[in-house]
Amino acid sequence: MNRESKMSATIQTLEPPERPPTTMTSRLDGELMEVSMGPQHPSTHGVFRMNVALEGEIVRKLKPVFGYLHRNHEKIGENTSYLGSMPYTDRLDYFCSMTNNWAYALSVEKLAGIEVPERAEYLRVILAELTRLQNHASLLGFLLSDMGAWGTPLMYAFREREKILDLFESLSGSRMMCDYMRFGGCRCDTPPGWMERANKIVDVFPRFLDEFEKLIVENEIVIARTQEVGKLSAELAINAGITGPMLRACGVNYDIRKVDGYGFYPRFKFRVPLGEHGDTYDRLMMRALEMRESVGILQQAFEQIPAGPIVNPKVKIRAFRPPVGEAYGRIEGPKGELGFYLISDGGTNPYRYRVRPPSFINLTLLEDLCLGHTVADVMVILGSVDIVMGEVDR
Amino acid sequence: MAAKPQIVPSPPKAFRADPPAFLVTMESLQEIKARAEAAVSGAKIDIVPNPGPANQPSLLIDNGHAAAVARFLRDDPALRLDFCSNATGVDWLDRTIKKTVKVKKVVDGVEKEVEETTEEKIPGHLEAVYHLCSMTHKHGPVIIRMRTADRAEGARLPSLTPVWRSAEFQEREIFDLYGVRFDGHPDLRRILMWDEFVDHPMRKDYRDPDDYEYEPTPHDEVLEKATKHYAARPQLDGAEALRIGESVNRDP
Repeated sequence: MNRESKMSATIQTLEPPERPPTTMTSRLDGELMEVSMGPQHPSTHGVFRMNVALEGEIVRKLKPVFGYLHRNHEKIGENTSYLGSMPYTDRLDYFCSMTNNWAYALSVEKLAGIEVPERAEYLRVILAELTRLQNHASLLGFLLSDMGAWGTPLMYAFREREKILDLFESLSGSRMMCDYMRFGGCRCDTPPGWMERANKIVDVFPRFLDEFEKLIVENEIVIARTQEVGKLSAELAINAGITGPMLRACGVNYDIRKVDGYGFYPRFKFRVPLGEHGDTYDRLMMRALEMRESVGILQQAFEQIPAGPIVNPKVKIRAFRPPVGEAYGRIEGPKGELGFYLISDGGTNPYRYRVRPPSFINLTLLEDLCLGHTVADVMVILGSVDIVMGEVDR
Repeated sequence: MAAKPQIVPSPPKAFRADPPAFLVTMESLQEIKARAEAAVSGAKIDIVPNPGPANQPSLLIDNGHAAAVARFLRDDPALRLDFCSNATGVDWLDRTIKKTVKVKKVVDGVEKEVEETTEEKIPGHLEAVYHLCSMTHKHGPVIIRMRTADRAEGARLPSLTPVWRSAEFQEREIFDLYGVRFDGHPDLRRILMWDEFVDHPMRKDYRDPDDYEYEPTPHDEVLEKATKHYAARPQLDGAEALRIGESVNRDP
């Protein structure tokens, strides 16, 4: 009581302030603010930085900054034997070590003219499609996490991913750093019962997809945050070398599994999902639809896989020297076209070892996608590009 | 759920896929070369053979007409190489190529086949290699390459980023790691290394700097390096107190 009365008394004794009225304009109006987003940020999927010029909340300029994880993978590859680089390719895109292995093995096989036994090719297809399943599932989980759905959807996706990683572990000895492929085949045959386990996991995967798609497809928040955000035209996407689900979301029918027909992909029936709008929502849906097709490929592969040797016995392991020449091999990785360009001078080490990283080149258009959108949208757009910094920075 | 059998007989031979049809080009490189030279006046294109089993020969394009030839390759309706998949650099040091050719010679009045070895010296140069594919026609790759005159610091090449945007980051990477300057590139900066870095780490004669932190108990060649690195510096007070093998954070 006392205190209140005192306060009201003092307020009454105060004189009205003498200051000029504030104007509606300030010197900050129309000025761009430069913000450095990253490199330590949960939504940048690693150490990635963007220098963003903002007008209020709207992005007017965006320059990605790379190199925080750069260890000059290509130089290391040039100073190592051909096989010595195989475990190192696991560390490029550490989500998809199996596809990295395959792309590298495929390029060396082109370079040296090596044939691969049938069972090994089937195993490669199975492992690549399993990799695609777990990569796309965890990408969707991460993307929902970026949109503010903390934890739950990501854990749903990781539950499925764990099952596939367990398969990888029992096959290769390691969950993520598999180092499984060899030139002319694979390292070891499947342990007893592996195929049945894999078959069971794949058979129940559509149940997870049904549930997970329900979380996304008609989710009001997802639609509001992703539709018409980060639109990309097909012409620009082709010109900028965008590959993978990000390209197909623009409606361009280009899937290297179909175009090159490497491995035994021509033996499998599967469709290539295509988007219509090229926006973030389509990119998201591409992943969900591709997982369904991967399940189909896997089921066909489990039925067709023959018995037989898993590695070409003619390939030398020690002192492996491909003939002089060069080769570029590529596969459809989960993130896009993953290629290896190798030049051999006849020695045990490659003269030139180059990785064509899909997520690095898909980032070319990050600025174009983000211009005119808000800061919060940048994280969603970046998430839909699907980057892994181990591959971007190499 | 009944588990499916693990081993089933191999599918019939007729079902067997053809070998991966990667080199599905509409026309041979000779035809592409001839048409490109006809379309771009003054352009000089050589075919670089690839002796390996990959069978991927490439086109060497002269730097003066590279952009025009690239536009032709992109826009020609039969080729439509609209997708530049991969752009990368290669560092070639000075090398000599030995060629052995069998020549018929008359020795002592008798015609004999004699092997003659010729040596060709190729001065070192830097190379930019582009792998082009067509998303419209789904064929490729056509490989084109450009060569700098030498490996000097200011080696230059024309940029193909105005033709294919996908070369933007990749040419920056070539500049960063190989030191090729691309004329006409919109934003040529280092991309993987930091801006203050000197030298280009992917060059074959690159020597890594001597500024890394040494291990706490150095031995062998590291000890040798560390001895030089931690050489006494009397000009700095107290600096000579730091010796090899002693912990830096020792108690006073």
